[in-house]
Amino acid sequence: MPITEADIEKVAQLAHLEMTAEERHVFAPQMAEIVAYVEQLNEIDTSAIEPALGGLTPEGERTESSRADEVLPSLGQKLALDQAPDPAAGHFRVPKVLA
Amino acid sequence: MKPAIKLRDEIISGETTARAAVESALDGAEKLNDTLNAFLEIDREGALNRADVIDVEIRSQSGAVGEKSISAMPLAGVPIAIKDNICVRGMQTSCGSRILGPYKPPYNATAIERLLASGAVIIGKTNCDEFAMGSSNENSAFGPVKNPWDIARVPGGSSGGSAAAVAAGIVPVALGSDTGGSVRQPASLCGVIGVKPTYGRVSRYGLVAFGSSLDQIGVFARQASDAAAVLQIIAGRDQLDATTADVPVPDYGAELSDDVKGLRLGVSRALLGQGLNDEVRDAVEKAIEVYRDLGVEIVDIDLPHAKYAIAVYYIIATAEASSNLARYDGVRYGFRAEEAPALREMYRKTRDEGFGPEVKRRIMLGTYVLSAGYYDAYYLKAQKVRSLIKQDFAQAFAKCDAIATPTAPTPAFVFGEKVDDPLAMYLNDVFTVTANLAGVPGISVPCGLSSEALPIGLQLLGPNWSEALLLRLTHAYQSRNPLRARPRVHA
Repeated sequence: MPITEADIEKVAQLAHLEMTAEERHVFAPQMAEIVAYVEQLNEIDTSAIEPALGGLTPEGERTESSRADEVLPSLGQKLALDQAPDPAAGHFRVPKVLA
Repeated sequence: MKPAIKLRDEIISGETTARAAVESALDGAEKLNDTLNAFLEIDREGALNRADVIDVEIRSQSGAVGEKSISAMPLAGVPIAIKDNICVRGMQTSCGSRILGPYKPPYNATAIERLLASGAVIIGKTNCDEFAMGSSNENSAFGPVKNPWDIARVPGGSSGGSAAAVAAGIVPVALGSDTGGSVRQPASLCGVIGVKPTYGRVSRYGLVAFGSSLDQIGVFARQASDAAAVLQIIAGRDQLDATTADVPVPDYGAELSDDVKGLRLGVSRALLGQGLNDEVRDAVEKAIEVYRDLGVEIVDIDLPHAKYAIAVYYIIATAEASSNLARYDGVRYGFRAEEAPALREMYRKTRDEGFGPEVKRRIMLGTYVLSAGYYDAYYLKAQKVRSLIKQDFAQAFAKCDAIATPTAPTPAFVFGEKVDDPLAMYLNDVFTVTANLAGVPGISVPCGLSSEALPIGLQLLGPNWSEALLLRLTHAYQSRNPLRARPRVHA
């Protein structure tokens, strides 16, 4: 399937990525080539095949993964905010949400 | 640098000290970093302090030195290097990316907690492809690692720094992560052992997520016994990672032996066909003959869907990556772009300035294959073919105990050779991605040098939870046919 620069811009919007015209120009043929390559999977009849769900082994699937609902220590507000680019008054501050 | 186990024995017996061992590793790391660029952070002060604590602890156990100290601290004083996508409290975790800025995780990965409890000393964080995406290390935001065998060549990726640090003898052992071959492929290109455990064997808690259904922390070593010792520590169920399985961890060291007689090794002739470098094919065939001499039965097997593995992998891995990397938004930690007046613009600018081209390409691909209208055609289709790849392995392992393949299609290539051709780069992983898709364990074992004196790796794949068997096969091979040559650059 051809991938146009307009497709690239649409996907970039979905992925919250900024794309310069130059990047769109480089990515469009590269992505088209990779997508064409993965389309070789269409050779395989998978109509009767169940999709794999994640990477778990049968033993992993049988493992009881829930634990007792006990309160454990957590990072706490100070440590959680410690590396924020713009913390303010115990919160993460972000630029204006509504333009 | 001596093997980890020997070093531990000498430290515990008093022949040497943890401080001396760690200092020597730090000296090597610092001396070679201008040449190899293997480390992004070297923690001299922290590592020496930790070594001193261990020395005091060992000396304080008067009269009980020996077996008791070994069981209490099986890696006492052993210097180790950690890939920079595994969280170590107080040290940086950059993942080879600018977007994490000066991030220092406030907690340890479970594998790190266990290593520290075993007496290991972390000397530094190793360079890697950005977010573990790459097969050459050229995608690190901090410049590529160089291959110690030839610094004009790539060390492989993405765990290139850990592979190079072990190959160059800076440390006896290191941790990496393997999503599609990122431990085994650089191990192959750098001439060391690389272990990718079964999915669910080692906790992923504190490993920065790339492809969550594929990622496993793995081990680099020069000897099977060292790989066994480190895997012993980090393997096992962890409450903090629900995907770790409740499967007993065998005594890997005790199960090492040279006796592999009667084991059946599967070989797929199709995988030794087209597209494979002649010298790699020769080396792998010779390695298979070594096993035959050791009494291993060689059986023909077929993995009919292996040829589709790269296509499946680059759908599933990019889909998972696009989701996992959505968390880098410049809000809670890491880098934030300046001069963005509104939230959405801030996200876009932060991610544009923070991510490198390969990470963007994969986020784009993953977003595309998951987007409305395409999900069934790509993602669901890939998950179905993944089932077929799992079935291939189940059928093969009914006929054999382990499978032998090349690890990588060529020895180390020169910088720049594939950097503009993403698809050619992805095809480096053609032999390794199947194990991640199926969840099975794999080891790369050095099996000779090319005419240009570059290492070649043999890959051994086994059924789920067969790490002990794979390590035994590795040990038996190395006893018979050790790689004696050393890289040009070494400590």
